[in-house]
Formats: sequence, C-alpha cells, structure tokens
Amino acid sequence: MRQRQSNDHPVLFVLPALSLMLLVAVYPLVTTFWLSLRDEFPIFHISRFVGLSHYVTLWNDPRFWQSLANTAYFTTVSVFAEVTLGLGVALLLHQTFPARGLIRGLVLMPWFIPTVVAARLWEWIYHPHFGVLNALLLYSGLITTELNWLGHPTLTLHAAIVADVWKTMPFAVLLILAGLQTVPDDLYRATRVDGATAVQTFWHITLPWIIPAVSITVVFRTLDALRVFDVVYVLTGGGPANTTETLSIYTYRLSFQTLEFGYGAALAVVTFMIILVVSLFLQFLLRLVSAER
Amino acid sequence: MNRPREVQLFSKRREQVIRYIGARLLISVGLVLVLAFCLLPVLWQVITALKPAPDLATIPPFFPTHPTLDHFHTVFVQRPFARILLNSTAVAMLTTVACLLVGTPAAFAFAKLRVPGQQGLLIGILAVSMFPPIAIVGSLFLLIRLLHLRDTWWALILADTTFTLPLTIWVLTGFFRDVPDDLLRAARVDGCTALQALWHVFLPIVTPGLATAALLTFVFTWNEFLFALTFTATDAARTVPVEIALFPGVHEMPWGEIAAAATVVSIPLLILVVIAQRRIVAGLTAGAVKG
Repeated sequence: MRQRQSNDHPVLFVLPALSLMLLVAVYPLVTTFWLSLRDEFPIFHISRFVGLSHYVTLWNDPRFWQSLANTAYFTTVSVFAEVTLGLGVALLLHQTFPARGLIRGLVLMPWFIPTVVAARLWEWIYHPHFGVLNALLLYSGLITTELNWLGHPTLTLHAAIVADVWKTMPFAVLLILAGLQTVPDDLYRATRVDGATAVQTFWHITLPWIIPAVSITVVFRTLDALRVFDVVYVLTGGGPANTTETLSIYTYRLSFQTLEFGYGAALAVVTFMIILVVSLFLQFLLRLVSAER
Repeated sequence: MNRPREVQLFSKRREQVIRYIGARLLISVGLVLVLAFCLLPVLWQVITALKPAPDLATIPPFFPTHPTLDHFHTVFVQRPFARILLNSTAVAMLTTVACLLVGTPAAFAFAKLRVPGQQGLLIGILAVSMFPPIAIVGSLFLLIRLLHLRDTWWALILADTTFTLPLTIWVLTGFFRDVPDDLLRAARVDGCTALQALWHVFLPIVTPGLATAALLTFVFTWNEFLFALTFTATDAARTVPVEIALFPGVHEMPWGEIAAAATVVSIPLLILVVIAQRRIVAGLTAGAVKG
C-alpha cells in the first residue's frame, strides 16, 4: 500500500537523480544525434550541416560491416560460452561442500578485478615468446612452434573471447545461482521419492524452474557484449588488421583518434540503434518465456 | 532377479555408497577445475610481479627462483603510481557518496511514495544502464570541455555517478520495498515528514542495502575505463585502469611492472569480495529474482 500526503513532494526525492541523468545521459545522446548530421573538425574550425550523408558513407564503409560482423560473432560465441559454463558452475556451487562461502567468493574474483587488468593479464599469458600458454603447450608437446595468439587473424578474436569469458562468466554464475536458490526443496524431495535420476531431475525440475534466471542472464550479457570495448581494446587494440575491431572500438577511433566527430557520432547512433533493437527483441522473447510458465 | 533378498539389499546399499562417493569425487574434481580456471591467471600475475626481470623471459622456471619486490618499487618510485592510486580512490569514494546521496531518496520515493509517472521513470532509468557509453562519450567530452572539467576528478565523478545511479536505485528500491509500510504510517502519526521518516526510521533499517550499493558503486567506478581514458590527460586525474592500459615501455612492455601494478589493485578487491561475498550476492540478485 503506497500512500501519499500533500506535503510529501515525492517529485523532489527523485529530482536530483533525474536531472543528473537528463544532463549527463540524455542530453549527450541528443547531441550525438545532432552531431551525426554534421561535419565537425574542431581543429580545422569546420562545422557544417551535412544531413544524412554520414549514414550513406557508413552504409558503403566495409570497415563498418567488418566491425559489425566482429561484434556479432564476439557476442554470439562469448554469451553462449558464458551462459553454458555459468550454468554448469552454478549447478556445481549449488551443491553442499565445505568452505562454500569462501569458494563462491573466489569464483567471483575475475568479475571484480578491473577489465583492463584482466586484459593485461591475458595479454601476458598469450605473449608469443614469454607467455605461459605457449610454454605449457610446447612443454606438453601439443604444439611444436610458438603460436602468435594476438597476431593471427582468426586466433585473436577467439583469444579475446576467452579473456571475456574468463572475466564475465562469474556474473552469469551469480545470476543463475540466485535462480537455483529459489527452487523449492519440496520439489527435489518429491522427485527423489519418485526415484528420478539426477539427469531427469535436472531436465524436468531444475531447468524449467531456472529458465527465467538464465534468460535474464542472456539478456544482460548480450547487451553488455554488444558494446564491448575495454577488454578487446586493451588486449588487441582492434588488430591485427582490424580483425578484432568492434563497433565501440571503431566509434572510439573515429571520434578520438582521427577526430571525425560527426562520422563517429553517426556510428555511435547506429550502434545505439542496434543495441536498442536487440534489447527490445530480447525483452519480447523474455516476456514469451515468462508467459509460458 | 533370482538372487536372495539379502544379497539384493546389500548390493543396492553398496550401489548407493558407490554413487555417493562418485558424486563427491565429481564435485571435488569440478571445484578444483573451476577454481583453477578462475584463479590461476590471477596467481600467474602475482608470480610475474615477484620475478626478477631476467626470469621473465624464460619459462621454466615457472616460479621465481629469487622472489623480489623490485617491480613494486619501480612502480611506486619511478612512476607516479601513488598519485594514480589517490586519483582512483578519491574518484571512487566521492562517486560512491554522491551516488548514495542522490540515489537513496529516489529509491525511497519509488518504493514508498507515489511518484507521478513512476513506471515510465523506472524503465527510463533502467534504459540508461543499458545504453552503450560509446554512444555518448563523444558528446559528453564536448560538454565536459565546455564546463572546464577536463582532466579533473569532477569530470569522472559526474559521469560515473550518473551511470552507476541506475544500479544503486535498483538495489535500494528492492531493500526499501522489504520494509513494511506500517513504519511509514507510524512515523506519520508521530508527525514526521517523509524526509524525516527516511532519515530516522528507514535508513537505519536499510543499512545493509546501503553497504551493498556502496560496495558495487565503488567497485564499478574503480574499474571504469572508457570515461577515464577519454576525460583525463595527465597524472592530475588519471585512474589506475588507464595507467595500466597506457603503461609506457621504452623497448619492450614492462611486464613485471604491469603485473606489480595489477597485483596492487587486485589484492584489495580479492579481500573485499571474499569478505563481502554474501552481501554482494544478496544485493545484486534481490532485483533480478524479485523482478
């Protein structure tokens, strides 16, 4: 029961938060739209209206399509790996074993260290000459020559995906574990009495019950992966030959390295639109999933 | 089966024992693998930080033969790392305070008072947390230059507060909802305004929620990279992630020093996470589970 008294002024309670968001989130977003219709080169004092021409250029820009493809591939593979691994680890951590709290805390660790640190850490592991990964693979005889993990057109994107999975899998574990904790114990007891095997219990009881938690994890992770920047930017810089350049990295380079603010803004708008559409689509799916139950 | 009943019972019991031991074994092996995957890369970073420079170029040995603190010394003495740590700490703490100051009343109003257009506002707030920072970082940069905040803590505090607010409001709204409405009614009978009720009655009850929100805000701000990279230019405001990303090397990357710096910023987080694990999980999942 909510109540309202005339002297409460609930609007005043939310006003600071809303004004901050209007100033620092909404206003810049509007500016980005406006910038995307202009040519802005502050150093040359160029500032003029160009209409939709940046969007036309973008449509014909193979580098845009490649960054879109990279982002899509990165998102699909990393989210799939994170959620399936996360589900497995969450099921494992849901069992009873000694020092459970400590172990759960340790598993969360990668998610809490700065992404930049995670990227550097993997960069060092992948180092072609001094990296521990090549050393271990050579030592065990799995490879005979050093692999250039961060300098190879197809290996590098996968190397970045592994680093991202390492960093964010704990987040998936966290959300799915929370879902597991809502499964009523009675259900498990009942299935045990009925003599169901562990696999049957998982398919018929656990999985249907935690589908909402898993779906929310997929939504969060997908929206996050689509805007991926730090981990790839620090690990590969978008290279080699732009094979790991994501939408965010291309946007950043346009705006802050080649200083094409207008064109960068157009790409920013397109990135925003793509994420918006994907997010609406995922929310639609989410509603379908929860309606079925 | 035509075996005697006792033998059947016995073998069933034995099967149960074997199955139990098998399950335990499976769990143990699984836990070892998961912990190895999550922790070995971090451990490798610490080992690297302790290796003398010549040892970095050869594996094996995997472990440092003569552990040294040289890299830590270099990071703090030859580089402005102390200043960078101060920047990160100040920005993260001030952002946390700002976020709680702005977010708490908003969350309270959403949970306990009737805010006009509440549903729309909540969706809008959630939308802000979902949108790609890259879409606004360019325009925000222009705004910050206009306000003469470039390369100051305030630029980062402004941006980080705004983008961690949705999470703070989300977590705190959940905690406020759990407090019975009767308390607000009782406070009103005693003549409290809504603000007084928030301060005297609700805040002491939701302290665990405030702690969770503060912790998450602190960690997110501590780790934030894109804004810090874009809005800072010198040691005056540069934060740890940017410093580690931009670590300059004369010939080859100074891997030992990078590892030392990374260790310095990761260890406090490790301790924090292990201590506050339960609280973090509870706070983060409160919203997700209750919807």
